[in-house]
Amino acid sequence: MSEFFQQLINGLALGSIYALIALGYTMVYGVLRFINFAHGDIFMVGAFMGFYLTPMAGQVFGPHSLACALMVLVLSMLICAMLGILIERLAYRPLRNKPKLAVLITAIGVSLLIEYVGQHPMVFTASPKTFPELVHSRNFHLGAVVLSSNEVLVLAVTIVLLVGLELIVQKTKMGTAMRAVSFNAPAAALMGINLDVVISFTFGLGSALAAAGGILYAMKYPSIDPLMGIMPGLKAFTAAVLGGIGNIPGAALGGLVIGIVETFVGGSHWSNYRDAISFAILILILLFKPSGLLGKGEIEKV
Amino acid sequence: MKTKSPQIRRILLVKCLALVVLSGCNKPVGGANEIRVGEFASLTGKEATFGQMSHHGTELAIDEVNDAGGVLGKKIKLLYEDDQSKQGEPATVVKKLISRDGAVAVLGEVASSRSMEAAPTCQQNKIPMISPASTNVKLTEMGDYIFRVCFTDAFQGKLLANFAKRTLKANNVAILTDTKSDYSVGLSRDFNAPFVANGGKIVAEQVYNGGDKDFKGQLTAIKAANPDAILVPGYYTDVGLVAKQARQLGIIVPLFGGDGWESSKLIEIGGSEVEGTYFSTHFSPEEVSPVVQDFVKKFQAKYHEVPDAMAALGYDSARVLVDAMRRAETVDGPKLRDAISATKDFPGVTGKITLDEKRNATKPAVILTVKDGKFKYVETVMP
Repeated sequence: MSEFFQQLINGLALGSIYALIALGYTMVYGVLRFINFAHGDIFMVGAFMGFYLTPMAGQVFGPHSLACALMVLVLSMLICAMLGILIERLAYRPLRNKPKLAVLITAIGVSLLIEYVGQHPMVFTASPKTFPELVHSRNFHLGAVVLSSNEVLVLAVTIVLLVGLELIVQKTKMGTAMRAVSFNAPAAALMGINLDVVISFTFGLGSALAAAGGILYAMKYPSIDPLMGIMPGLKAFTAAVLGGIGNIPGAALGGLVIGIVETFVGGSHWSNYRDAISFAILILILLFKPSGLLGKGEIEKV
Repeated sequence: MKTKSPQIRRILLVKCLALVVLSGCNKPVGGANEIRVGEFASLTGKEATFGQMSHHGTELAIDEVNDAGGVLGKKIKLLYEDDQSKQGEPATVVKKLISRDGAVAVLGEVASSRSMEAAPTCQQNKIPMISPASTNVKLTEMGDYIFRVCFTDAFQGKLLANFAKRTLKANNVAILTDTKSDYSVGLSRDFNAPFVANGGKIVAEQVYNGGDKDFKGQLTAIKAANPDAILVPGYYTDVGLVAKQARQLGIIVPLFGGDGWESSKLIEIGGSEVEGTYFSTHFSPEEVSPVVQDFVKKFQAKYHEVPDAMAALGYDSARVLVDAMRRAETVDGPKLRDAISATKDFPGVTGKITLDEKRNATKPAVILTVKDGKFKYVETVMP
C-alpha cells in the first residue's frame, strides 16, 4: 500500500512539471490554433538560464537561500518570455495569414534551430551540465512514504502558477482579450483589440511557464543538456491533447495523468514500454473522446 | 525526349566535369611521410568524459611515439572524430576515417554499443580496430580485425557477483538495467548467472532507457522488493541521477556497478548521494607501480588532471597498436592484424596485456568506492 502512495507522489511531482509545459502548448493553440513545437526547447533554455544565473544570484542573496531561488526563477521566466515573443515576432508573425501547415513546419524548424545552436561549443555545448543545488532538499517521512522538500516545492510552484494563470485569463483585461481572440480573432480585431499585442503576450506567458518548468525539472533531475526538452516537450504536448487542447485546466489534468501513468508503468514489469504505454493511453482516450478529457466537442466549420 | 538546347547541354557538361574533378579529391591523401591512425570518441554528449579522457590518453601515447622519432621511419598522424555519444554517428565517422582520410587502423570507442556499430565497417575494409574500453563480450566476436585492450564483462560480471556476495554480504540483489545500452544489458546478464549459481537471488529486475531522467517508478518497485544491494550497470550520467533519487526515496542499501561509472561527473551529478557506492574498473591512479606513476605524472603535466581508467586504456590502445606496427614492419591491414593478435605480455599501464585467440585482454580489475567526494581504491581482483 505504501508503495502505491509513494508511486502516486512520484507521479504527481513529475506530472505537475508536464502540466506547466502543457499550459504553454494549450494557450498558444487556444489563441492561434497552431502547435508551437519550439516550446520544449524554450523549456530547455529556461533550465540553462537557471544554470547560469544561480551562481550570480547566489552571490547577491546568498547561495541556497529562498530569495536566490525565487530570483533565478523570475529572471529566467522573464528571459524566456522575451525569447518566446522574439520567436513569434521573427518566425511566426510573417506567416500568420499563410496556410497553417507553413507555421507548423516553421515551428519544427525553430525547434531544431534552438536545439542545434544550443549544442554549439560557444553556446551551451553538447555535454550535459550539472544543475546547481538551488535550495537544500530535505526528506519528510510519512510512515513508509518519503516526500522530498523539492517535490513539495515543485507542487507548490505549479499550483501558484496555475492559479495565477487562471486569474490572468479570467479576471484581467488582457485575459479577456485573449479569450476574445481565441473565440473569434477577426471579430476581436474589429472590436479594437490589438491582435499583435495579445498574441505576443500569449507567447510570453507560455514561454515563462516553460522556463519555470525547466528550472523545476532541472532541480529534480540535475543533469541538463540542449536536447533535454525533446521528451518532456513531447509528453507535455500529449498531455495538452489528452486534456483537450486549448483548455487550461485540461492541460493541467492531462499533465498529471501522464506523469502518474508513466510512474506506475515505470515501476511495473513493463517498465521497458513506459513511453509506449503512456502514448497508447492517449490513443485510447482520443478514440473514445476525440476532443480530450475536458475539451468541448466543437464542430469545425469547413 | 526531344534534343536539349545547346545551352542546357553545356551546363550538363560542366556539371559532369565538376563531378569528375570533385570525386578525384575523394581519394585518400596519405602523405608519404606519415602514418594515419583514425580515432573516434564521444568528445561531447552524454558520455563526454569517456571520450575526452580516452582521447587524451591516445593523444599522449601518439605524441610520445612521435617525439621519440615515430615508427617505421614515419610520424603518426592521429585523425580523430567526435561521435557526440550518439547512436548512428560511429558508422558514419569511421567510414569517413577509413575511406576518405585513409586511416590504416582505428582506435575507439569506450561505449560498447558504439564500438559495435563501427566494427563491421573496419572488418569489411580489413582495417584493424582496437577498442580501449568496450567490455561487452560480443564486440570482438564481430570479426577477426576487432580487438580490445580491456577485460570483458564475462570477467567483470563474475567479479561483481563475487564482490556482492563476499564484501557487501548481499544475498538479495536488485538490478536496474539500461536497455538501450549493449554494455548494460550484457553486464547485467554476466552478473546474473554467476551470482545465482553462487546461491544469490535476484529479487527485482527493472529497466530504463539511457537518457531517462526519472527513475522513481523503478526505484520504488525495487525498494518494495527489499534488496541487500542494487546493481546499476549503466553509465555515469544516468547512475548519478539514479543514486540521487534512490536516496531521496529512503533506499539506504549500497549501490554498485561497473566501469561505466568512472567519471568525475558521477560525483558532480550524484553529489553526496553517491558516497559509499562501489564500482569495478580497469585502473587506479593510486597504484604505486612505477609504470602507473610515470603515466600519471606525464598525463598531469599535459592535461592538468588525474587520469582515469578511460585515459589509461586510451593510452594502452595506442601503444599496443604502435608496438604491433613495429613488429609487423608494415601498416598493411592483414599483416598488422596478425601482429596485433600476437601481442603478448605488453607492459601497459592497466596491467600486462596479452591478447587471447578471441582478441580479448585478460587483466586484473580494481574496485573503487566514493569517499568524501573522491574515488578511493578498495581492492584489486585477479582474473
